[in-house]
Amino acid sequence: MNIDSIYNGIVIDHIRAGNAMRIYRYLELDKLACSVAIIQNCKSDKMGRKDIIKIDEEFHVNLDVLGYLDPGATVTFIRDGETVSKRKCSLPEQIVNVIRCNNPRCITTSEPGLDQVFHLSDTQRKRYRCLYCDAAMQA
Amino acid sequence: MFHLNTIDDLGENQIASLIGVAKRIDADKTTFRDALRYKTLATLFYEASTRTRLSFEAAMIELGGSVIGFADASSSSATKGESVADTVRTAACYADIIVMRHPKEGAPLAASMKSPVPIINAGDGGHNHPTQTLADLFTIHKEKGRINRLTVGLCGDLMFGRTVHSLIHAMARYDGVRFVLISPEELRVPDYLKETALRHPNISYIETESLESAMPELDVLYMTRVQRERFFNEADYVRLKDRYILTRALLHGAKDDLTIMHPLPRVNEISVDVDDDPRALYFKQMLYGKYMRMALLMMMLGVTA
Repeated sequence: MNIDSIYNGIVIDHIRAGNAMRIYRYLELDKLACSVAIIQNCKSDKMGRKDIIKIDEEFHVNLDVLGYLDPGATVTFIRDGETVSKRKCSLPEQIVNVIRCNNPRCITTSEPGLDQVFHLSDTQRKRYRCLYCDAAMQA
Repeated sequence: MFHLNTIDDLGENQIASLIGVAKRIDADKTTFRDALRYKTLATLFYEASTRTRLSFEAAMIELGGSVIGFADASSSSATKGESVADTVRTAACYADIIVMRHPKEGAPLAASMKSPVPIINAGDGGHNHPTQTLADLFTIHKEKGRINRLTVGLCGDLMFGRTVHSLIHAMARYDGVRFVLISPEELRVPDYLKETALRHPNISYIETESLESAMPELDVLYMTRVQRERFFNEADYVRLKDRYILTRALLHGAKDDLTIMHPLPRVNEISVDVDDDPRALYFKQMLYGKYMRMALLMMMLGVTA
């Protein structure tokens, strides 16, 4: 299967197989006017199977969001057909307004205007905790 | 600005200093009689309280200050839908410091983000209760002469018991503390405590369901109430509420210098026949709480003792 090379844009590679649509939704790629290619379940020497997203436009990728969703993903920024930088994602120390606290006792369920802030509490288990109530969320 | 949201907001030196001031108050009640003259405390209690609210009010009055506030949400604009942030902005116009109890976890933290005056968390849902912990630490220090090298049994509702969570956070910083966590499986301490405070290299802990078997090794026994208000399901509450009842007979296996504590109110988890036992400290614990709150108010308002 062939997908055209990106001339100006971004490639999100090494996405855990099956995770591309989740990343697509969280990064709100559906709102972009440009072409977005989602390649699912392709062969990978390192990962066995992986997903790839190609975005045919320069675009600010929120690496914290991406790192939370898939800490193994890589992001390649391409300009005029050349790779200008490559970043490997990692679990961010803090995420803001990415996920919502699901503890019904948390103040965020009733207080207007509060940011949903989570901090990384256990890197190995990819566990985040709500700043306000300490409820756990799994990345 | 310094706010007290969790006991972790206070360092060991600050806790030691507060204990030192509380001791001075205990020795002479008039020492700081006018220390907070012309200062006003606002008590914003969105949830019922007897001891915490009264002790804060008494503490402020005994320091020469004044108190305003409300004792339940129904007598505030919360019933009209006012946010916590707007309520604290209002109270801050009339007070120098705010004490807040709220059923929602993290409410005092949210308030502190908007408040121009210091906020003290007086209990947020099943989450934290740092000033009860200050009372507990002072009680332990008074009775044992130290806070380190103790075996502390925590019994009852360790899942929703905010006083337990704060006490574990505080004591985990002292060398040689061993926790015996006594609870039914459904009410064990939350995982986040095992990931944080209980991981501290200075301390150790075990979990057990048997109060009787744990009793002989305890220096401190901290009983808690199974709180009806924390359960969404009444059947679960009824099933668990009488799981642990401390009686005089159960104390036969305990050390002679055991310190029995309870944040109160109790329902029936400590039988009244224990009240006269010299090891029962839970009534004195309330008085010690007032002394520590006096010390805390002075510290947070910048009054040097």
